[in-house]
Amino acid sequence: MTEWLFASAIGVFTACGVWLVLRARTFDVVLGLALFSYAVNLFIFAMGRLTFGAPAILQPGTQATLAHYADPLPQALVLTAIVISFAMTALVLTLALKSRFVNRGDACDADVETRFEDVPR
Amino acid sequence: MTPLPEHWLVLPIMLPLLAAVLLLLVERVRPAWQAPISLVVTVAVAVLAFRLAAVADSDRIGVYLLGNWRAPFGIVLVLDRLAALMLALTGVVAVASLAASWRLSGRGPHFHAFFQMQLAGLNGAFLTGDVFNLFVFFEVLLIASYALLLHQAGGRALRAGMHYVVINLIGASLFLIAASLLYGVAGTLNFADLAGRLPALPEWDAGLARGAALLLLVVFGVKAALLPLGFWLPETYGAAPAPVAALFAIMTKVGIYAIIRVTFTVFGGDDWMTDWGRPALFVLGLLTVVFGAMGTLATKRLVPLVAYLVLISSGMLIAAAMLGVAALGGALYYLVHTTLAVAGMFLIVHAIADQRGPRADRFGNGPPLVQPALLGVLFLIGAVAAAGLPPLSGFIGKVLMLQGSGQAPSAAWFWAAVLGSGLLATFALARAGSSVIWKTHGMSTGSPMTLGNRAGVALLAVAGTLLFVFAGSAARYSLATAEQLAQPRLYAGAVMSQTPVSPPGRTSP
Repeated sequence: MTEWLFASAIGVFTACGVWLVLRARTFDVVLGLALFSYAVNLFIFAMGRLTFGAPAILQPGTQATLAHYADPLPQALVLTAIVISFAMTALVLTLALKSRFVNRGDACDADVETRFEDVPR
Repeated sequence: MTPLPEHWLVLPIMLPLLAAVLLLLVERVRPAWQAPISLVVTVAVAVLAFRLAAVADSDRIGVYLLGNWRAPFGIVLVLDRLAALMLALTGVVAVASLAASWRLSGRGPHFHAFFQMQLAGLNGAFLTGDVFNLFVFFEVLLIASYALLLHQAGGRALRAGMHYVVINLIGASLFLIAASLLYGVAGTLNFADLAGRLPALPEWDAGLARGAALLLLVVFGVKAALLPLGFWLPETYGAAPAPVAALFAIMTKVGIYAIIRVTFTVFGGDDWMTDWGRPALFVLGLLTVVFGAMGTLATKRLVPLVAYLVLISSGMLIAAAMLGVAALGGALYYLVHTTLAVAGMFLIVHAIADQRGPRADRFGNGPPLVQPALLGVLFLIGAVAAAGLPPLSGFIGKVLMLQGSGQAPSAAWFWAAVLGSGLLATFALARAGSSVIWKTHGMSTGSPMTLGNRAGVALLAVAGTLLFVFAGSAARYSLATAEQLAQPRLYAGAVMSQTPVSPPGRTSP
């Protein structure tokens, strides 16, 4: 059941992310990238297998095998991935904001000269 | 055998990284010191890279265990012939583009710090021995490249930059999926360990690992601008300032490097890769060449024209690399040549654009150049080099690739693509050059080429000439590199057998 929930959560995040990224507005694209990176982070975590109540750090008295512990490496990887995707989202947000003010609109198709009157200068 | 000083392997990453931090501090206090510091560090890294290449040339694979952990558990840096070749090439291109940025107006704040960051990312990507750190160094070099690209950008360039950032962020996500999938099935991320474990996987897991390999190839295809993934390149490179565009000449080569690393070092022992992966990449490479050649004829501006030349060379290199050891050797020689040529061309066409006032790099009537003779000759030499015509080193590279392509039926297609694209690129460059340099009216207003820009072009020209004069040794080195890549066991053996150093007073673990 947990596996099913986990997998479908990744699927839903990915689907929403891909759909948003394919839209021609920078705001939607940024949201899509964020959702996509959540899906990726969950996926990395799942690659260490889903376990219940298993510590990631060796404890005295317990046999040092993966049957008794959670795999710590994907957890380390996912931390790195979270930090990087967080920084990248911040960067792409500032970029989108700058582009919105300079181009007076957040359409991200390079050939469409869309202008939105409601954007403050 | 040349001895390798123990910690030298980490210096091509550490030096630029520390320099970047130092430059951020210096920027506030002594802004004038930035350029000299940056230049000294870049030159030092370039010299170091050549020293490392000399070590790699003795057929020794250098392995550096960071944190002194045994190979599959810790992080490793690996210096084989391919890594050393890329390091040396990066060093030359970096020094040239940094020279070209000297006294350049309109350069954003923190330029030098980002430049060093990019250098650290590039060197790290070439040296790292595992998939996840390849991802990390990709991000380091990409985030620096975003900043370098978008410093002074406005309007259209900003949108082009946005596309570049978004496609690379999606690439990063796919990279993470691929890396974790590989860890999920093989339990390791180390190139050498992966190469050993992948052939032993059960059928179902092997399928997943191949899926991960395909995802990785998609990511690297974005970087290398392989056909369905390369549409971002002309627009983005067209938006970059001159020294940045010159440095970006090495960026597509990172993708090519990673494709070679994955198809040879990691998946080299997998029949599926030899039977399906490499032919598919070969076809995509050829299609990229065709697309790039058409692009050179279609574009009406100089800078995108050079960007399409990047596409042609990228496709050609990937196609050649998949044709066998001899062709891969030729491709590696041509890789060095084309990177130097394209970097030089970016510097030259930007200098031309600077002298044409509002007309910039568009074809057709414009004000005459301030230095028509100098720029005309430079453009001619650059064009001959970039199109791979005789008598320059590009021709030698093409001959080596064609000779190496052998008797297979696919070789005929390769011959057609290489020769045809060379012809079309020559047409396009001749048309562009005559249109920009000869069709003039009115008064010239631009400023002459800066000293730094000349120095950058001169350095690349000297490097290209040396590549031509010492073509024998260079070709021997690149062929030896291809042979080393064709035996992934050498790489895996060197990495896995490296023993940690024992700390003083304790026994080895």
